[in-house]
Amino acid sequence: MTFFAAENLEINFGGIKALDGVSFTVEQGQVFTIIGPNGAGKTTIFNLISRIYDPTGGRLVFAGEDVTRVPPHEIARRGIARTFQNIELFEHATVLQNLLLGRHAHRGSRFLQELFFLPGVRRQELAHREKVEAVIDFLDLQTHRDSLIANLPYGVRKVVEMARALCTEPKLLLLDEPSSGLSVEETEGMAFWIQDIRTLLGITVLMVEHNMSLVGTVSDRVLALNYGRPIALGTAREVQEHPDVIKAYLGG
Amino acid sequence: MRFVFRTAYGQDLGLFRDGVQRNWYVLLLLGLIVLPKLVPEYLVDLSLVFIYGLCGLSLMVLAGYTGLVSLGHAAFLGVGAYAHVYFTQTLGLPWVVSVALAAALTAGAGILVGLPALRMTGVYLTIATLAFALIIQEVFARWEHVTGGLKGRAVDKAVVFGVHLGGDVAFYFLCLACLIGGLWLTANLLRTPTGRAWVAIRDSEIAAQSMGVNLAVYKTIAFAYSAALMGVAGALFAHHVGFLAPDIFSVLLSIQLLLMVVVGGLGSLHGGVFGAIFVALLPVAIAQARDAVPAGVGRLVGVLGKGAGDAAFAATDRFVKQPGLEPGIFGLILVLFILFEPLGIYGRWLKIKLFFSTFPLYKHATFRRQKAYMRSERLR
Repeated sequence: MTFFAAENLEINFGGIKALDGVSFTVEQGQVFTIIGPNGAGKTTIFNLISRIYDPTGGRLVFAGEDVTRVPPHEIARRGIARTFQNIELFEHATVLQNLLLGRHAHRGSRFLQELFFLPGVRRQELAHREKVEAVIDFLDLQTHRDSLIANLPYGVRKVVEMARALCTEPKLLLLDEPSSGLSVEETEGMAFWIQDIRTLLGITVLMVEHNMSLVGTVSDRVLALNYGRPIALGTAREVQEHPDVIKAYLGG
Repeated sequence: MRFVFRTAYGQDLGLFRDGVQRNWYVLLLLGLIVLPKLVPEYLVDLSLVFIYGLCGLSLMVLAGYTGLVSLGHAAFLGVGAYAHVYFTQTLGLPWVVSVALAAALTAGAGILVGLPALRMTGVYLTIATLAFALIIQEVFARWEHVTGGLKGRAVDKAVVFGVHLGGDVAFYFLCLACLIGGLWLTANLLRTPTGRAWVAIRDSEIAAQSMGVNLAVYKTIAFAYSAALMGVAGALFAHHVGFLAPDIFSVLLSIQLLLMVVVGGLGSLHGGVFGAIFVALLPVAIAQARDAVPAGVGRLVGVLGKGAGDAAFAATDRFVKQPGLEPGIFGLILVLFILFEPLGIYGRWLKIKLFFSTFPLYKHATFRRQKAYMRSERLR
C-alpha cells in the first residue's frame, strides 16, 4: 500500500497551467523534498493536498484512500498537517492557545457540553493539554508558553507553527519552506528538528525548501519542478547535479 | 508584578487566574448587591447596563472573537423582544419558557443570517446584516397582529415563577442574574474548542481550516449563539422600555451596540461589559451635564459682570439643548477611541494595571504593535 501518492496532478488558473501532470509517491518514514525555482508550483501542490484548491485533474491518495475530494477540514483528521510559507499563526492568542487549536481535529466534546463545561469537557481539556505539553517539551518551547504570538520573534514563530502542526498528531507533515527567513543557526536547528520528527516521532515529512544545505542534510528523496512539470527525481545529490535542474535555476 | 505559581494543568482551566482574582470578583458582586441601596434613583439605568452587557457579550462573540462584524444586531434584539412579548402576553407562556423560546427563535434567525455569511467576508457581510436589520424593522411595522405594528405594543412587568417582579430592585437583580449567566456560558465556550475555533477563524481562516476547523459550522454556531444572547437581552429590554415600537430597533441602535464593543475593547469579555457601562450611562451623564454645565459656565463668566454671565448662560444653554448633541458626542468619542485607544477601555485598564504593577519599570512599547510580517496571499 502506498503511503502517499500524487497521480498526474493538474491545476489551471485561468489560462496558466500551474501544475501539469505531477506524480510522485512518498514512502512511510521518508523525508521527501520538493524544490524548484519561484513559481514552479511547489506551494500549489501543498494547497492541493490541504484541499484549499480543487485540482482540475489527477488524484491524491493517502493511506490507501482517495483524498482528492474530501472537505478541507477533514484533511487534519485523516492525519495530514501543514505549516505555511509566511506563517499563519493566530496572532492575538498565546502559544498555548495556538497549540491547543492544533488538537481541534481530536475534539471529543459537543457544543452543549462545552456551554456548561461539564466534567467530561474538563477531563478532555486536560488530556489535550498533556499532549500539547509533550510537543512543547519536544520542541523546547517552555519559555514561550504564555507569550502572545504577536510578541514573538520570527524564528520562534516558525517553530511554534511546526509545533501546532505536530499537535494534530499527523502521520504526514507538510512543511512549506521551514527555513525561509531564518538565520544560519536557526536553519541548523530546524534541520535537527526535522530529523527528530522523522526518527523519534516516526512522522513522514513532505517539504518544500530552497536552502540546498538543509535539503541535502535531511531529505531521502528530492523532486525538482519547473513550470509545473517534474524535471528530476532522486537523492539530493542526483537532483542537484541533473542538467535540467541546473538549467532551470541558472537559465540557458 | 504578580506571578502565579502553577502546579497542575487544571489551574489554567479555571475561570479566574487565581484565588486573589476570584476574591476581587466576589467583592464586585457584593458591591453590585448593595448598590440598589446606595443609588436607588439610578436603578433603571443600571438595569440597562446589564441588558447592554448581554448585548455586548453577544457582539463580542461575533465581532470580537470570530471577526464577523454585524450591523444587524438591533434586529435580533427586536426579534427577542417581540417574541418574548408575544409568547408571554398573547400565548400566556411562563416567563422562563418564553425567554428560552425567544432565545431559540433568535438563534434560528441568527442561523438564517449566518448562512450567507459563510460566503461573505468583511464589509460585504456587514452590509448583508444591515439589510437584514432593515427588513426585520419593516416586518415589525407590518405584522400587526403579532407586533402591534406602528401603534406599538405595551409590555407587562415580568412575572418569574409566579413572582411579580414589578419593582425596579427586583428587575435589577433579574438583569444582573441574566448577565452573570451569560458571562459564565460565554466564558465556558471560550476556554473550550469552540472558543478556540472562533479565535482561529478570526486570525487566520486558512490555518484554522488546515487544523480541522469546519469554518461553516463554527461561523454558524457563532451567529446562532450571538443571536440567542441577543434574544435574552431583547426579552429583558422589552420589560425595560415597557413599550415596543418598530422605530426602537433602528440601525442607530445597531451602531450603538457595535460602538459598545469597539469602545470597550475588541476581543475580551471585559470589553463588552465596559462598553455597556459606557453606552448605557453616557446619556445619563449627558442629561446631567445639560442642567449643570450652563449654570456653571454662567457663574464662571458671571465674575466679569452680571450681564456677561447671563449671556454666557443663555448661549451655553442654547447649545446643549440642541437636538443631535447626544449622537454627536457618541460619534466624537468613537473617533477619539479609534485614534488614540484602539484597544478600548479594557486596553487602557490593562495599561494602567501594568503601569502600577511594574511601577518604575513600565515600558511604553509593551503595547505597541509589533512589525507585522507578511501573511500568505489570501487564498479566497
